[in-house]
Amino acid sequence: MSTMVEVRNLHKTFLKIIKAVVDVSIKVEKGEVVVIIGPSGSGKSTILRCMNLLDVPSSGDVFIDGVNLVDKATDLDLIRADVGMVFQQFNLFPHLTVMENITLAQRKVRGKSNEEAVEMGMRQLTRVGIPEKANSYPRQLSGGQQQRVAIARSLAMEPKVMLFDEPTSALDPEMIKEVLDVMLELAAGGMTMVCVTHEMGFARSAADRVVFVDEGSVVEEGTPDEIFNHAVHARTKDFFDKILHH
Amino acid sequence: MTMGPSLEAMQDGGSCGLRGDEHLSDISSHINEGLPSFARRSEDKAWWQEFPWWGSVIALVMLVMAAKIFFDPDYDLAWSRIYPGVWLTLQTTFISFGIAFILGLLAGIGQISQNVVAHNLSRAYVELIRGIPILPLIFTVALVLVPKAINFLHIDNSSVSTKWRVVVALSLIYGAYMAEIFRGGIQSVAPGQREAGRSLGLSHRQTMSTVVIPQAMRAIIPPLGNDFIAILKDTSLFSVLGVLELTRRARQYSASSFKFPETYFTLTFIYLCLVIGLSILLGQFEKYMTKDRKGER
Repeated sequence: MSTMVEVRNLHKTFLKIIKAVVDVSIKVEKGEVVVIIGPSGSGKSTILRCMNLLDVPSSGDVFIDGVNLVDKATDLDLIRADVGMVFQQFNLFPHLTVMENITLAQRKVRGKSNEEAVEMGMRQLTRVGIPEKANSYPRQLSGGQQQRVAIARSLAMEPKVMLFDEPTSALDPEMIKEVLDVMLELAAGGMTMVCVTHEMGFARSAADRVVFVDEGSVVEEGTPDEIFNHAVHARTKDFFDKILHH
Repeated sequence: MTMGPSLEAMQDGGSCGLRGDEHLSDISSHINEGLPSFARRSEDKAWWQEFPWWGSVIALVMLVMAAKIFFDPDYDLAWSRIYPGVWLTLQTTFISFGIAFILGLLAGIGQISQNVVAHNLSRAYVELIRGIPILPLIFTVALVLVPKAINFLHIDNSSVSTKWRVVVALSLIYGAYMAEIFRGGIQSVAPGQREAGRSLGLSHRQTMSTVVIPQAMRAIIPPLGNDFIAILKDTSLFSVLGVLELTRRARQYSASSFKFPETYFTLTFIYLCLVIGLSILLGQFEKYMTKDRKGER
């Protein structure tokens, strides 16, 4: 297997003093699903946002499919088109219809005709289960539907890898499942995925590997079974004690 | 019914405890007895509470003014002397707004740009213009800067008419004001929008033009409309330069005829018509631009 995403000795410091990420190295193979977990403020979102350089690393390297994004000669826009990103707050474009949201980057970045883009858009909307919402505006959709549109928007770019930044954290409880179902299906379809999430159920059933992050560093990583049932480090156990025992 | 008085008492007692709670609750319970319609309900607003009285008042005032101008020969004469200035006033307004819009957009984007030169240039422009009152600025631009520029470019001085000096001055002034509006509008768009655009592979420029600016636009239509109307009104300041727009014509006519009431009554009426007409147009435009919001906001 070849490596799809790799961050090497990643450091990220905000405002010159706040150390969000300290010397993190993670490798994600093609077709692998990696779930990053950890307490809030542990730096897991920052690690994810460094993977497509939404946050620029203070030091270290980020490779997508062998290309180093930190290299100034790299055309970031070209790489980002291949890296799907799903946000906690959906970030749909409110002034555009669902279909326009999905076709915009296909037309502007991939240079597709409107017909091609709409056809691809319809296929992805069908995949996430809401083809009937193509002509609605984002504000007319529920949170779960909006997040599914956001996923469809990323998939329409035919990405090599999908990054999920707490995709269900802003959802009402009854809408979490519909989004996780889409993500599970994606994982089963062989998509390379990196997910930051608090959904331990999803991590258990979909992840090939779970990475536990605390205070900006990787504490330990392993299969879901290793991490959830046989955690080695005290900090990992402590984290599970806090979130699972109720 | 039992809830009514006690609620009243609690609210009244909270806001004006000095008057004595018991006494007040007595009064309110007394009032509420037998008058169940006093209960607060969100639906019960009478027609006269919702009716746009202000609009009717304005319409009435304008009707009276129009009748006066139409039927009184003195007013009619003043009208015929002032009215031709309308085209010059409108022309300078629209051209200046157009140029100021582009200047403002550039300077607004420039102010939040990462580019050091663009950032500092736009900041300096905005701060300089905002630091000077409008009338001195008009004199400076029309009588100092424009002639200097003309000298520098070796153009014939008379080839740049006062009208165009006015347009240059207004555009420069309102360009700076609008730059602040654009900057605010662009910054009001959530950062996640830009991030979503960039992570889809859109370039910075594409993200600005297709994602950020269209959203900023709807936030800034009302303040931009305000500036549009302000430009229309500020064209009257250019009467000091001898441009034959509405106010200048009014001053000339009143000075020669001594018919001050007739003149300024008519002048006021014309400006009112223009401004109200323009704000109705702007209101329609705002409705059109926010049509996907379905009446919200």
